Amino acid sequence: MRKKAVAAPTVRAEMAGPVRMVEATVFASIRPIIRKEFRQIRRDPRTLVFLLALPGFLLLMFGYALNFDFKHIPLAVCDQDGTQASRDFLARLGTTEYFDILYRLDDPRLVDGLFGRDQAKVAVVVPRGFADDLSSGSGAPIQVLLDGTNSTSAGTAVGYIAAIVQSASLRMTTQVLEGRGFRGLSVPVAAEVRVWYNPELRSALFLIPGLMAFVLMIIVVVSTSFSVVREKERGTMEQILVSPVRPLALIVGKTVPYALISLLSAHLALGLGYLLFRVPIRGSYPLLLLAMGLFLLGGLGQGILISTVTRTQQVAFMIAILTTLLPTFILSGFVFPIRNMPGIIQAFSFFVPARYFLSALRGIMIKGVGIGAFWEQILFLAAFAGLTITVSAVRLRRSSGVEGEGRKRR
Amino acid sequence: MTSSSIEVRALSKRFGAFTAVDAVSFDVRRGDIFGFLGANGAGKSTTIRMLCGLLEPTSGTALVAGHDIRRSPEKVKRSIGYMSQKFSLYEDLTVEENIRFFGGVYNMAAPDLASRLRWVLEMAGLRGREHSLTRNLSQGWKQRLALGCAVLHEPGILFLDEPTGGVDPVSRRAFWDLINRLSEDGVTVFVTTHYLDEAESCNDIRLIHAGRIVGAGSPSALKASTIRNPILEVECGRTVEAMDLLRREPWVRDVSIFGVNLHVGVVEEAEGRRRLAARLEQAGIPLRRIDRIVPSLEDVFLRRIEDSDKEAGR
Repeated sequence: MRKKAVAAPTVRAEMAGPVRMVEATVFASIRPIIRKEFRQIRRDPRTLVFLLALPGFLLLMFGYALNFDFKHIPLAVCDQDGTQASRDFLARLGTTEYFDILYRLDDPRLVDGLFGRDQAKVAVVVPRGFADDLSSGSGAPIQVLLDGTNSTSAGTAVGYIAAIVQSASLRMTTQVLEGRGFRGLSVPVAAEVRVWYNPELRSALFLIPGLMAFVLMIIVVVSTSFSVVREKERGTMEQILVSPVRPLALIVGKTVPYALISLLSAHLALGLGYLLFRVPIRGSYPLLLLAMGLFLLGGLGQGILISTVTRTQQVAFMIAILTTLLPTFILSGFVFPIRNMPGIIQAFSFFVPARYFLSALRGIMIKGVGIGAFWEQILFLAAFAGLTITVSAVRLRRSSGVEGEGRKRR
Repeated sequence: MTSSSIEVRALSKRFGAFTAVDAVSFDVRRGDIFGFLGANGAGKSTTIRMLCGLLEPTSGTALVAGHDIRRSPEKVKRSIGYMSQKFSLYEDLTVEENIRFFGGVYNMAAPDLASRLRWVLEMAGLRGREHSLTRNLSQGWKQRLALGCAVLHEPGILFLDEPTGGVDPVSRRAFWDLINRLSEDGVTVFVTTHYLDEAESCNDIRLIHAGRIVGAGSPSALKASTIRNPILEVECGRTVEAMDLLRREPWVRDVSIFGVNLHVGVVEEAEGRRRLAARLEQAGIPLRRIDRIVPSLEDVFLRRIEDSDKEAGR
């Protein structure tokens, strides 16, 4: 029965074969690839969850955990003077939201134990004779002890303490002078600080755009490199390469679905950032979309490029993580300011697309500036996307053969 | 138009210092089942990959369906079908989705695709399983589906790279039936294999060893030209002892064990039979049967490799 069925339609001779086929244009074969890719993604819910939920999840984790706003620092005070002046001074420290006075000590030596057990981070000791020194005008020293284990938080605490002490002593000086008969005193230089873009100095505003770049880059690069390497592992890549499909069509067909999905997850991250951390989009949305689109394209290109030099999903994953995680975390200005880095490291950061995306993103979302402020960044993102996609199209044309031989020779 | 589907001229492929394929030349007649035989690593796959445009040759040329594989690989790709030992299908797509995908990749028009879809389902015996996921199919079914996808666009030339690995004997037979039908319909089939029984189904064969062709012709011609002395199949007791014994006789060319029997190459048949019987009787080994047999391709292949290695001084 089977034999009969085979014989029924005659197979054409090779000269007649191609006639029936529509002339293969680059774009005609993109559609079946896109359709197939979406089908595969749908059949693999774990990947879809990874693509859509991970950005939100990481945003939550990092958004709450990566917080540089130090408030309610546990404070221990030791008042050895025991006067009205010393009590007033210490009370002033406790009224700010930066410090919570948790311990009142009789002996400054107790500070050691408190620091060791992490029960206090800062201790202020007002020595005997504080009030006398104050009124005599000879300058009243106080002692501030800090747990410097975390240099960042310690540095911030020093800043807070210094500011509070300064303002307190300014007030005291004026009081003393006014008590001596001087009227209408004013401070010679008064800085009127007004913070732009982020008046409350919330670090979330600074971190969330960077976090988006970070998360999107990892997802996009990992998922695209996986989707290509999987085809190599199963041999379907070879099957496609013997067909008339052009490498460019293959790349476009494979990237479009992932581009759309990662754009969707970018919007989920934006939404979460707005709802949970009140991160606004002050500038133009189309511009934001353009920046995101170019950044994602670059990441997709990088993912495919990785897949052309690797043979297994494990290796692809390692390279993808290595080339996205570290540079995007460290060299993009996400957490650490680039201008504080040594020259050579700064030079490296020029090759990290997240760096450009980040400054465009912060410009659009937080500052609300127009394209004039970051057209160079947009240009670089476009160049990076163009470069990675072109190189991977060229490499894809050759990689199958190299890969096949590697398998044969083993 | 020439009568050759494929013309290969001094085709070579080197990877660094390693020469995988060393200036091979051959023609494949239209409608033939052309067997490319060799051990693993002999250069079979490298050759087939060059002919399919997956790998660029280091030197030499080849015409596939009249198109130069260097100058117009795109035209070559449209004239051929290719199936590898991996049965490269999407395991997470259904049978029908796989067929439709490859139809789309070859830009097939909708009505053509619809009729070929029915044809493939019928041919592979997959009617009623259109919506099964490919990963749930047996190896034999996967193999026939992969074949169907490879000839979906009705190519004139079909390349099969070790197409029967990991498939049970019944499915292998069914698969070869399909290959024979395709060949009868005028499709040129280029198949690499290391199953020598499969090679018996080929019209024309090349033996490849260490990147070089060491034998050419139909299975019967190959046997006739390689092994000129008669081979006797001997059924006797104590075969191992008998083999050691016969090996020392000057009138014996070679002795090997095939199953429970011995294959003894002798200089001349009648004298061979006589001496063999006498020698075994002398040693007290019971002799049950002596038959003249046609040598198998395995005999041919081993002899050719030996000769070629001797020539190369290995």
